[in-house]
Amino acid sequence: MNQALEQLAETISGRCAGQVARVESRCGELTFEVAPAGLLSVCQALRDEADWNFEQLIDLCGVDYATYGQDEWNTDTATFRGFSRGRETPAEPAAGLARQAGGGEQARFAVVYHLLSVKHNRRLRLRTWCEPGEPPMVDSVIEIWKAADWFEREAFDLFGILFRGHPDLRRLLTDYGFIGHPFRKDFPLSGNVEVRYDPAKGRVVYEPVSIEPRTLVPRVIRSDHRYEPALKDAPGNGPGTWLRSAAIR
Amino acid sequence: MAEIRSYTMNFGPQHPAAHGVLRLVLEMDGEVVQKADPHIGLLHRATEKLAESKPYNQSIGYMDRLDYVSMMCNEHAYCLAIEKLLGVQVPERAQYIRVMFDEITRILNHLMWLGAHGLDIGAMTMFLYCFREREDLMDCYEAVSGTRMHATYYRPGGVYRDLPDTLPKYQPSRFRSAKEINRLNEARSGSLLDFIDDFTARFPAAIDEYETLLTDNRIWKQRTVNIGVVTPERALNLGFTGPVLRGSGIAWDLRKKQPYEVYDRMDFDIPVGMNGDCYDRYLVRVEELRQSNRIVKQCVDWLQQNPGPVMIDDHKVVPPRREEMKGDMESLIHHFKLFTEGYCVPAGESYAAVEAPKGEFGIYLVSDGANKPYRLKCRAPGFPHLAALEEMTTGHMLADVVAVIGTLDIVFGEIDR
Repeated sequence: MNQALEQLAETISGRCAGQVARVESRCGELTFEVAPAGLLSVCQALRDEADWNFEQLIDLCGVDYATYGQDEWNTDTATFRGFSRGRETPAEPAAGLARQAGGGEQARFAVVYHLLSVKHNRRLRLRTWCEPGEPPMVDSVIEIWKAADWFEREAFDLFGILFRGHPDLRRLLTDYGFIGHPFRKDFPLSGNVEVRYDPAKGRVVYEPVSIEPRTLVPRVIRSDHRYEPALKDAPGNGPGTWLRSAAIR
Repeated sequence: MAEIRSYTMNFGPQHPAAHGVLRLVLEMDGEVVQKADPHIGLLHRATEKLAESKPYNQSIGYMDRLDYVSMMCNEHAYCLAIEKLLGVQVPERAQYIRVMFDEITRILNHLMWLGAHGLDIGAMTMFLYCFREREDLMDCYEAVSGTRMHATYYRPGGVYRDLPDTLPKYQPSRFRSAKEINRLNEARSGSLLDFIDDFTARFPAAIDEYETLLTDNRIWKQRTVNIGVVTPERALNLGFTGPVLRGSGIAWDLRKKQPYEVYDRMDFDIPVGMNGDCYDRYLVRVEELRQSNRIVKQCVDWLQQNPGPVMIDDHKVVPPRREEMKGDMESLIHHFKLFTEGYCVPAGESYAAVEAPKGEFGIYLVSDGANKPYRLKCRAPGFPHLAALEEMTTGHMLADVVAVIGTLDIVFGEIDR
């Protein structure tokens, strides 16, 4: 990470102390987690303070962390030990703030903001965990960036995240009268209903899906030493060596 | 005097000027728009969810189908996001090829836009002129990838294969004389690079031709000047990027400001508008055609001088060549693993953006270390542009709505995803 970004990280951590926590990134990007209570004040400051000046909200999206770090190897019906060789403990998303609420329940949904400062030519990522419970809720940033309007509608539509203070939180992408929030991890890929034209009734009818969900390639997580930070820079190891030599050839 | 009530009007989804499947619910006071409510999602295919269920490389083809007018730029952002997490450095020649095809894609996109925008607001001939040049560039797509549109040419680690030495040629038919066929095939007798070189030589004259039809055209100006004005401050707040932002007078271009691949070695200029109206956005895009042509020319010159690999040969990410696979056990294993399981990307998140013809196209990728993305979010440039349609059209006449939709360069593949 370059020096300007490092400096920016320090000023943000300093001035918004208690509300933000930095998250380590592996590709030189700056990420902060913001406590839901402080979201609006932090965003307002990020946009308006002269040395930050993030005038643009480039992207806003929901993420459902329900199955993060779980793989799909079915080792019960395979050989004795299975053939997974996958990692043994499920991975956790790199979190700066505690994902857990008072009751010990883990937050499932997060909202991720990508900010851009045209003036200072910098990018910043913010993540805020919605409070656990149904429906997940978070404050709307539409008063700060008008661009948030449709992005928040989309996140509501696909994940069911409610944005407090959004003036017009309707569904955006799914069909009129759609039930459910399709990008949640517990929503089947093939959906719940299918439509066809019924000649007898003379209209389009909705029916439960007839296709069965199937997995063509199972999801697998391999522990790969090449990416581990401690080993990455060791001589003769890590992606550095084998990739760099490949690039030269 | 009879009282005129405001009434609601449906614009689209089956309307030639709705650019695909836009359903626009307009509240009209006579002929003046009071409220515009775009209903989108008629082309929603849940690309992001589909990508979550597939190994990384199997989703490249989906990216083409997002913004189906600027195919390779979408692939580019996707590959960059993966490469960023993997820590892969792409060979230099592949970087030049990517830049060249990004710019060819930009020309393709802007030609499509110019033709369709012209057609929308009454300049029929533009469509025919633009598609004439588009055809040549489509042939370049076909020559490198085998398909005219959905190329799947960029791969994490480089590009699928090197540029070909020959081009498909026109065949004689009863509609074309042998003499004409020879004339058409003349530029196609050499390699692909020769053909593109020839194209860059004749393309500026073609742009002049477009401009004689439109730039000083009285009707064109009446339809576009002072229509859909956006101030620079508003443009930033609304999340505008690309030519729409530059049309409002903000000199922001990722190719210059946050250069990726070899854009920092290219010599080109960024056109900027003054008034932020439809006419300025038109001028910006036409100038971008010229600048893209310059970049393509520079890439061609470099590529002709510098042969080399176009793909890294790290077989943990990139499959080995087929000949190797037939004779070598290790290559066979690599091949098998890559095509049955794919590669695992280390846990983390990355955001990679490219300056797509329509604006900033970004891919936000969350990986939990698996062979499939955990979450993929495509940041489509057209999405915030269309969201601002209401603000841009309120108070304008119905016919201006068509001009504004045209100027925003809307493609539903990327907006609905």
